[in-house]
Amino acid sequence: MTRVNRRQFSTLLGAGAASLSLPYYARAQAKPRVVVIGGGAGGATAARYIAKDSEGAIDVTLIDDSETFTTCFFSNLYLGGFRDFGSITHGYDKLQSDYGITKVTGMATGVDRGAKTVTMADGATIPYDRLVVSPGIDLIWDSIEGYSEEAAQIAPHAWKAGPQTQLLKEKLDAVSNGQQIVMVAPPNPYRCPPGPYERISMMAHVLKSKGVDAKIIVLDPKEKFSKQGLFQEGWEKHYPGMVEWYGPDVHGGIKSVDVAAGTVETDLDTFKGDLLNIIPAQKAGMIAAAAGLTDDSGFCPIDATSMRSTVDENIFVIGDASIAGAMPKSGFSANSQAKVAAMNIRGELISSKVFPAKYSNTCWSLIETDDGVKVGAQYAPSEGKIASTSSFISQTGEDAAVRKATYEESIGWYAGITADMFG
Amino acid sequence: MPTRTTVRMTVFSMLLAAGMGVATATSPAPANAQQMANAQQTAAEPDPAGERLFRACKSCHEVGANAKHKVGPHLDGVIGRIAGSLEDFRYSKAMRAAGEGGLAWSEENLHAYLAKPRDFIPGNRMSYRGMASAEDRTTLITWLANVSAAAPAENPVSEQTSAIPGFSEALLEVEGDPEYGEYLAGECVTCHQPTGHVEGIPSIVGLPRDYFIRSLFEYKNNIRSNEVMKLRVGNLSNEEIAALAAYFGSLEPQ
Repeated sequence: MTRVNRRQFSTLLGAGAASLSLPYYARAQAKPRVVVIGGGAGGATAARYIAKDSEGAIDVTLIDDSETFTTCFFSNLYLGGFRDFGSITHGYDKLQSDYGITKVTGMATGVDRGAKTVTMADGATIPYDRLVVSPGIDLIWDSIEGYSEEAAQIAPHAWKAGPQTQLLKEKLDAVSNGQQIVMVAPPNPYRCPPGPYERISMMAHVLKSKGVDAKIIVLDPKEKFSKQGLFQEGWEKHYPGMVEWYGPDVHGGIKSVDVAAGTVETDLDTFKGDLLNIIPAQKAGMIAAAAGLTDDSGFCPIDATSMRSTVDENIFVIGDASIAGAMPKSGFSANSQAKVAAMNIRGELISSKVFPAKYSNTCWSLIETDDGVKVGAQYAPSEGKIASTSSFISQTGEDAAVRKATYEESIGWYAGITADMFG
Repeated sequence: MPTRTTVRMTVFSMLLAAGMGVATATSPAPANAQQMANAQQTAAEPDPAGERLFRACKSCHEVGANAKHKVGPHLDGVIGRIAGSLEDFRYSKAMRAAGEGGLAWSEENLHAYLAKPRDFIPGNRMSYRGMASAEDRTTLITWLANVSAAAPAENPVSEQTSAIPGFSEALLEVEGDPEYGEYLAGECVTCHQPTGHVEGIPSIVGLPRDYFIRSLFEYKNNIRSNEVMKLRVGNLSNEEIAALAAYFGSLEPQ
């Protein structure tokens, strides 16, 4: 196989411009079509890899309802003041100009699996030979009584990066002396297992660096959480007395929220917060259920060797929406799964080589300035599931130089994965 | 392709030899104290403080006998060298342009560069933020000037690779399949950018094959410590390592 670098590839595209300007049906007969729903860590990566590695032999369409994409990963660093919003927001222009991907901005509302078409909110249909579904998560609003899409305007979840993240930042920056923040953490399974706890760290960082004397109460439906030892050590060290975490054995169960009153009621007590951050339970993005790809869990079962939906052989589900065995729902996981799906799709459509699936993940979290921690694992298909083959986690008591290097590594990773997604 | 059997000396082993005052064939034992003092001044015993400072450099640069390119170019004879001028090293465009513009590595220029590499030559790929202390820079540059100019051949050389468990020179002969490497590289490029851009994680694009393979074995065996790298490399077979070396070696930094 000849490799073509990006510059040569664009030239090739230029040469092919005549064929690109042909009517759609004429092109459609010549080239297999892949449609990707969702332009995040899974979808953007899948679209880019299919387009890049097929060197123009596959027609790739990427559907997302937004013109730009704000990454959930590093959005906590925006809350903490370590990144500006622009630096975590990316466009799809290079995917179009350098890789020849067609970007459709709009909401996919349904999939006609018999006709192999995606239906858009405006009624348009887009045909596919293979479909990649990577819609991320949707929130289950009624998983907490009293919470709703409307209530989220007062008590933001900020679990999908964008205006919600900016709203939370605005409210966080307004917290003043003697006030209290209450976070309701989500139940498993949810996007970004260490995310709520990194967010608590970033909130505490903002309060501490402004000299604001305020408390953060965390009401968690889980008995334990990701990187717990590392976060609790860090809170003790950097923010003594500021963070109080309560598991279900203490609060006895989260019953309801009243965003107007600013209260969260549990079996133990009613907690009052000047800022409420409510992160509800989650399910696969709406289109997954609309296409009939989900099971009772609300997420999509897949074949562990390819990320192919177990429901439909022409559809692959990747990222947070999939049931990916031992892999956490993370941007890194989605990016890794996208490459396996992309390789299998290319193999089927243009007979390129298919190698055995390998998956990987690493999650970095920032606890305080230059105090980064990480957890990671390798994964492989095993007995029908994606299983962990080896793993590591940062240790408590590591010296400052190691933690600083870990943080710097996370900055490099962010630059790397976003280049891998968006070109 | 470099010869596989070349005996390589690492900075470490050379420093060891120098630091322990090993007498060499070309520097006969001085006859008296005055000669001794002169010898020390002219042959200038490398300052251990300079060696300590060089630790920050040596994961990417070799200097001394048979020093080879690693992530960065070797530093033999670097003082006075035109920037970006070694023909067998793939420099960034910025570094080549600086050399073409007449930049040479005088001690003075090295001073300015090492203070803030990214400010001195914007767009260069050296993954180092800078050495803040001017005094440290002087110590390092003086040491580097001595070591890089020293006649290398007479020093006894140890073959460090024999110390890496599971590694032998024979592994460098394994033919790598670049197409398989490209697939496997999917795991690497989530962090290491295939363009060679450096933003907190080193570039692995265009690395010499031997160096690439040796480095992965060093991660496998904790000679280099990074948990992420150890995990990713941990279950790679020799063929897979060779495939990755072949693939990344075939890329040009952009």
